[in-house]
Amino acid sequence: MENNNYAIETNDLSIHYGSFTAVKGVNMKVERQKITAIIGPSGCGKSTLLRAFNRMNDFVPSCHVTGELLLDNQNLYSKDIDPVEVRRKIGMVFQKPNPFPKSIYENIAWGARINGFKGKMDELVEQSLRSAALWDEVKDKLQQSAYALSGGQQQRLCIARTIAIQPEIILMDEPASALDPISTLRIEELMQELKKNYTIIIVTHNMQQAARASDYTAMMMIDDQRAGGVIEFDATKTIFTRPGDKRTEDYVTGRFG
Amino acid sequence: MSEQNQNYPEGSAFYSELRKRYLTATIWQTLFLSALVIAIISLTALIYNVLDGAFGYVAYDYKNDPAEFTSTPIHELTKEELLTILKAELSSGAYNKLDNEKKMEDRSQSDLYILFLERLVQIDTKATWSMTDSLTRGDEIRAEVAEKYPDAELEFRSWLTPQFLTTPMSSKAEFAGVRTAVLGSLWLVGIAILFALPVGVGAAVYLQEYAPHNWLTNIIQTNINNLAGVPSIVYGMLGLAVFVRVMESFTSGAMFGVTDSNGRTVLSAGLTMGILVLPLMIINAQEAIKAVPDSLRQAAFGVGATRWQTIWHHVLPNALPGIMTGSILAISRTLGETAPLIVVGASTFISLDPDSPFSKFTALPIQIYQWTTRPQAEFHSIAASAIVVLLVLLLSLNATAILLRNRTQRKW
Ligand SMILES: Nc1ncnc2c1ncn2[C@@H]1O[C@H](COP(=O)(O)OP(=O)(O)OP(=O)(O)O)[C@@H](O)[C@H]1O
Ligand SMILES: [Mg+2]
Repeated sequence: MENNNYAIETNDLSIHYGSFTAVKGVNMKVERQKITAIIGPSGCGKSTLLRAFNRMNDFVPSCHVTGELLLDNQNLYSKDIDPVEVRRKIGMVFQKPNPFPKSIYENIAWGARINGFKGKMDELVEQSLRSAALWDEVKDKLQQSAYALSGGQQQRLCIARTIAIQPEIILMDEPASALDPISTLRIEELMQELKKNYTIIIVTHNMQQAARASDYTAMMMIDDQRAGGVIEFDATKTIFTRPGDKRTEDYVTGRFG
Repeated sequence: MSEQNQNYPEGSAFYSELRKRYLTATIWQTLFLSALVIAIISLTALIYNVLDGAFGYVAYDYKNDPAEFTSTPIHELTKEELLTILKAELSSGAYNKLDNEKKMEDRSQSDLYILFLERLVQIDTKATWSMTDSLTRGDEIRAEVAEKYPDAELEFRSWLTPQFLTTPMSSKAEFAGVRTAVLGSLWLVGIAILFALPVGVGAAVYLQEYAPHNWLTNIIQTNINNLAGVPSIVYGMLGLAVFVRVMESFTSGAMFGVTDSNGRTVLSAGLTMGILVLPLMIINAQEAIKAVPDSLRQAAFGVGATRWQTIWHHVLPNALPGIMTGSILAISRTLGETAPLIVVGASTFISLDPDSPFSKFTALPIQIYQWTTRPQAEFHSIAASAIVVLLVLLLSLNATAILLRNRTQRKW
């Protein structure tokens, strides 16, 4: 039942840490099966906004959210929504690879198991690892520790782990920032592969990466109260070639600050 | 460039400066080394002091010649022979009293042999010497014994014998053992850990993972930290008031049909010890839980885990080594504490093994304290031996806990 093309919509979404407003008045429509990049200078609230999308901010005691976040016309912040269900539907890959201190196999199986997966686990593990372009590298050592993998492999394992629970949307917070150029490229290729089935929202500091890999780009910037906001949201091509805002142009061309 | 360099010493000035820095470093290093040496000396002195009492010469004689009771050499007496002798020679009152404590027929050969030596032959210790004296002044001691106690036999003895471990308390040092006390201590540790581990970990999990950070939890946290430093005698008073008195029907076992007991049971004492180590347990578990990286929690939440699944599958397993460390400290504390046991009412003379939570009991430190306060030197020797037993028990329980910890500390 897809009554619109948007995976997620925000309606005047603001995020506060205590009395400090970190992100203010965001209105975004994120298209399904597209890659949306969020860019902007450090501290402008990119991670805060991204974490708001799957209610990871619930774990920051001082954090509260106003406005609406709509998934399938349902406000994810309304009282009758269970945050566990939100995170089940909207998976997240973190900036630093954080596999579980368990075997490679178990890293993928655990999430599936706790969510009540009833299919064949071996198949799910293989399929997820293949989707994350990691299968060939680890198929002979599934029972070994995930900590023995390289940083890039660990990050792909985290992506595989997220794919395994079959979310609708995958959030990625600078997933390649700790990786070398080759691993970065592999993750980008992977994203192109994944967008056939998933909606991807990615935070990145890497302008080339945003330009190369994303379909849409949201440009964030802080105002004079130090509250971050989306100052421009458009097709990536437009943002990088004919930005509507001077600040965006300065930022993407490296003339910022 | 040159202007910048003026701010830093150069050439010979640099070297004299450097020498000063090295001098300071050497002084501190020496201080640290002396601290270590002092620590080593203290520990060595401690161990030597204990061992010095546990081994050494003893001069003893028999009040009654064993030959009066039997023609068999006393080391070869069988259980049946001993029974016959005891029945014949002891007054029927004394015999019946022993029989009431524990059926004579059910006692082992070594138990009966000890009774034989204690009640009939009546071994009598004349004098004891420390290990140092025995080793350095052997000839003098022999001369002294020959002169003062012509009938006595002189023997170099280890007061720490297998028998010492397996015999219960006795009013004669030669026949006294620590079995009752060791069992009592083990019961205490068992009950205390059974109480403090689940309660402590539960409280820690709640405080770290569930409780909001507000003034109330702050007060609770501060109080837990302070409770860890409350003198143990205070816990003794608490145990006496709550477990021995108020909860008597539970701790005496009356609730469960035990009739011949009051609240001064090993259960009361164990629970008192459990409360005593609870703050320690909570704080350690909290530290362990705090040390589990947030990225791991986020990873679990990120794949749709509930808080409980995150705690159970990730936080607790990773905190387990730290929790075990807390248990080790708790065990050591329980084994060593004396004051609360005195208040709660450990028996000072008891020869029956504790066999249920509702038993009367004694514990190693109580026994040691008791013996050291006796005037006779031989009691000081068995006190020293009991200290060795206590230390070995402590080390082996700790070693077990450390082994368990290392097994749970499976580094991936
Ligand atoms: N847990 C928190 N409690 C209070 N303030 C926070 C918290 N996390 C972030 N902030 C504040 O919110 C603002 C936005 O932070 P955020 O981490 O979202 O920035 P960012 O755009 O992701 O930066 P970067 O590019 O450096 O990762 C910052 O001013 C930061 O200090
Ligand atoms: Mg960030």
